[in-house]
Amino acid sequence: MSRTDGAPIAHVDSADLMPLQAPLDNPARERPWSPLSDRAKTQYECILDDTCAVSVPKPATKDEEAALVTAFLSGLDKLFTRENNWTFLQPLLLSMEHCARCQTCAAACHIFEASGRNEIYRPTYRSDIMRRLYFKCVRRGGMLSAWRHGDIEVNWPLVARLIELAYRCNLCRRCAQTCPIGVDNGLIAHELRKVFSQEMGIAPREIHDNGSMLQLKAGSSTGMSPAVVRDNLQFIDEEISERTGITVETPWDVEGADVLLIHNAGEILAWPESVGAFSLILNAAGISWTMSSELVGYDSINYGLWYDDAQFARVALKHADAATKLRAGRIVLGECGHAHKALSVVADRILAGERNIPRESAMTLLRDIVMSGRLTLDPARNSFPVTLHDPCNMVRLMGIVEPQREIVRALCPQFREMTPHGVDNYCCGGGSGFAIMSGHNFADWRFQVAGRKKLDQVLGAFADCLDPSTPKYLCAPCSNCKGQFRDMLAYYGLWEQNRILYGGLAELIVNAMTDVRPGYIEWEWH
Amino acid sequence: MTIAIYVVLCLSAAVFILATAVRAVWYARAPLHLRWELYPVPHEAAERAAHGGSYFEQSAWWTRPAPANHWGTVKALATEVLFLRALREFNRPLWWRSFPFHAGLYLLAATVALVLVSAVAALSLPSLAAAWPGAVLRQLFRVTGVAGLILTPVGAAGLLHRRLTDPDLRHATTPGDLFNLAAFMIALTVLGAGYALRPSDAPGLLAMAVGLLTWDTGVRVPGLLAAGLLLSALLAAYIPFTHMSHFVGKYFTYHAVRWDDAVNRRGGAIEKTMAAYLTYRPTWSAPHVTADGVRTWADVVTTMPPDKAKR
Repeated sequence: MSRTDGAPIAHVDSADLMPLQAPLDNPARERPWSPLSDRAKTQYECILDDTCAVSVPKPATKDEEAALVTAFLSGLDKLFTRENNWTFLQPLLLSMEHCARCQTCAAACHIFEASGRNEIYRPTYRSDIMRRLYFKCVRRGGMLSAWRHGDIEVNWPLVARLIELAYRCNLCRRCAQTCPIGVDNGLIAHELRKVFSQEMGIAPREIHDNGSMLQLKAGSSTGMSPAVVRDNLQFIDEEISERTGITVETPWDVEGADVLLIHNAGEILAWPESVGAFSLILNAAGISWTMSSELVGYDSINYGLWYDDAQFARVALKHADAATKLRAGRIVLGECGHAHKALSVVADRILAGERNIPRESAMTLLRDIVMSGRLTLDPARNSFPVTLHDPCNMVRLMGIVEPQREIVRALCPQFREMTPHGVDNYCCGGGSGFAIMSGHNFADWRFQVAGRKKLDQVLGAFADCLDPSTPKYLCAPCSNCKGQFRDMLAYYGLWEQNRILYGGLAELIVNAMTDVRPGYIEWEWH
Repeated sequence: MTIAIYVVLCLSAAVFILATAVRAVWYARAPLHLRWELYPVPHEAAERAAHGGSYFEQSAWWTRPAPANHWGTVKALATEVLFLRALREFNRPLWWRSFPFHAGLYLLAATVALVLVSAVAALSLPSLAAAWPGAVLRQLFRVTGVAGLILTPVGAAGLLHRRLTDPDLRHATTPGDLFNLAAFMIALTVLGAGYALRPSDAPGLLAMAVGLLTWDTGVRVPGLLAAGLLLSALLAAYIPFTHMSHFVGKYFTYHAVRWDDAVNRRGGAIEKTMAAYLTYRPTWSAPHVTADGVRTWADVVTTMPPDKAKR
């Protein structure tokens, strides 16, 4: 990691990658990996592996390098102080102090396995570097400490590579789940990202500049202002009304509504059929609900969850404020995993007084509606193979496992589980911001390495019906996961050649509603 | 020599207890963190715990009492602490070595406790100690002691062998790791050999413990046994300063992190604690954070980052 030759320290060859099952076991369907451009190599610190996620500009001088190293070390110190990092200090200390280096976590990591067990993607590789830095630079350990914990040379190439390495983990925490001691490699990656963002001002453009910063300024990371989002919803209402034969109207800014529904605003632009399905279902079920046109109140995303405590808290407070202003009974989070965890779990302890409004998952609300009998549903309308993806944030990190399953079991006669599933699921490969990151050739890494294990699971779930004559539905009740599946299925031609379509949960419900014109799910790529 | 043994034993015990307590207090006094739980959480209602579900699966969960499945917690703790469930489930080859090592340590800890109880009984209730309860205790600590002295070094040897021969582990091994395992192996092998090979007229465990409690310098401990006792005592004093003190850390990683799903209720204790944290003054340097060492966390997170904070 500290090598100064300016060359990447790891390479993933196609031949090393974990083999995929049919139909992607056919070499003809392999995708070549685009090399990094010469421009990227010249301008940015792309010296970790074959790709570049953060695009840190190369320092112009040795002094600039030294200043960056000093900033990093200063941030590292702050990370272990109460004043700066009360938010995660205790779990971080525990993960620093107690790793037994037993490598139990390695077998749990989809990235390590899919890469063909490339050492730099081993969950403990990053953590051990962090641990060595902790004992050397924070605890000020000497030679004895280096002998016990391992030494490390601190220089700019190390820091530059560590910045990239912090973005080779999906933060899915599957590794932490298997650790006998409870050490959390995902947390360590998260905390490293915080040092880079909060101290050095370094984070991927997609999640900071075009993510949390844009959301706080414009109201949404999509750039949609309140007026635009209302326009778009009106268009969606009209479209869905025409398509279903049922008049759909999305209520806005209704004071005292029981439910404030907050979608990931990306859904409004990319998957309007999901947003429209929610409006239709909630109206048909007679729910007292509203959406908010308050700034940030119509976009549930909270990218700060992945890299920056300050940005995280700012967005969470905005969400709570939108609900407080409307005196809503509860906030219901639409189909977005990280938004679920951000507002329901991680932000829970910073929401005080009136801001502490109950937060509920759309999975639970939809389950209650479906099971209540308030909708007339015909499972025969969903008579095609369906499998269910478990978004890590919603399932392993929040324990919402069964509500969505109760729905698909009730409405999808050909439902089949992936192996493994539930809290033991694998990440889609788009977690922790990757689904929206495609700079340089990062998408190749995202599909060929990070998403590979999940892709293999999907193929396994549909192994008996891969023929294109059978349309198949991969239900992913999470916007980021859907984004990853959209791009990954297209990348491997799995819609074109095998008719595997992805979509949300609400669409399956509307597709089964007998009041609705048949065929809500349009078997078209989008 | 006997005095030296007594002094080292007492000092080592004191260092072990004190350093362990300091570590526990260090973790316990760390600020209450933001929630970071990981499912399954065993204190969930049994029907949800079975699939790793949480109270979030319930309608209007905030109107319902917090889950308190104590039996689930006890079961999870017992299987993890006594049988190393996670290692058994996710890393079976290592479990075959780690389980005897840990089981041996538990037995040795039990032996120390039983010997001390027997010694106290012998001094304060000699009639009881001489009767069948004392005999049962003596039989018990002989069995636990011998089993512990066999299992621990055997397990340590197995772990050391695995570390040296498994490419995955070898790659992640520091000299300190090898030293730790070798230290267990050597100290307890010497202790075991010293105990097994002691002359027939040498004091047994109970006699040594009574000697220690009464500071009887007339107790003659054979050389090999004395070496084993000294090495083991020094090892015990060393443990709390290493990652091997995970018997402390693990309590917190499980109870205070993985299983901590305590909800922040309006006006409750968590809310009050957080209010204090929000008065802290961060010093993060990135411009978008807007921390300057004067503004509090509450100031920082309730003001928007300046436009110029783009990097």
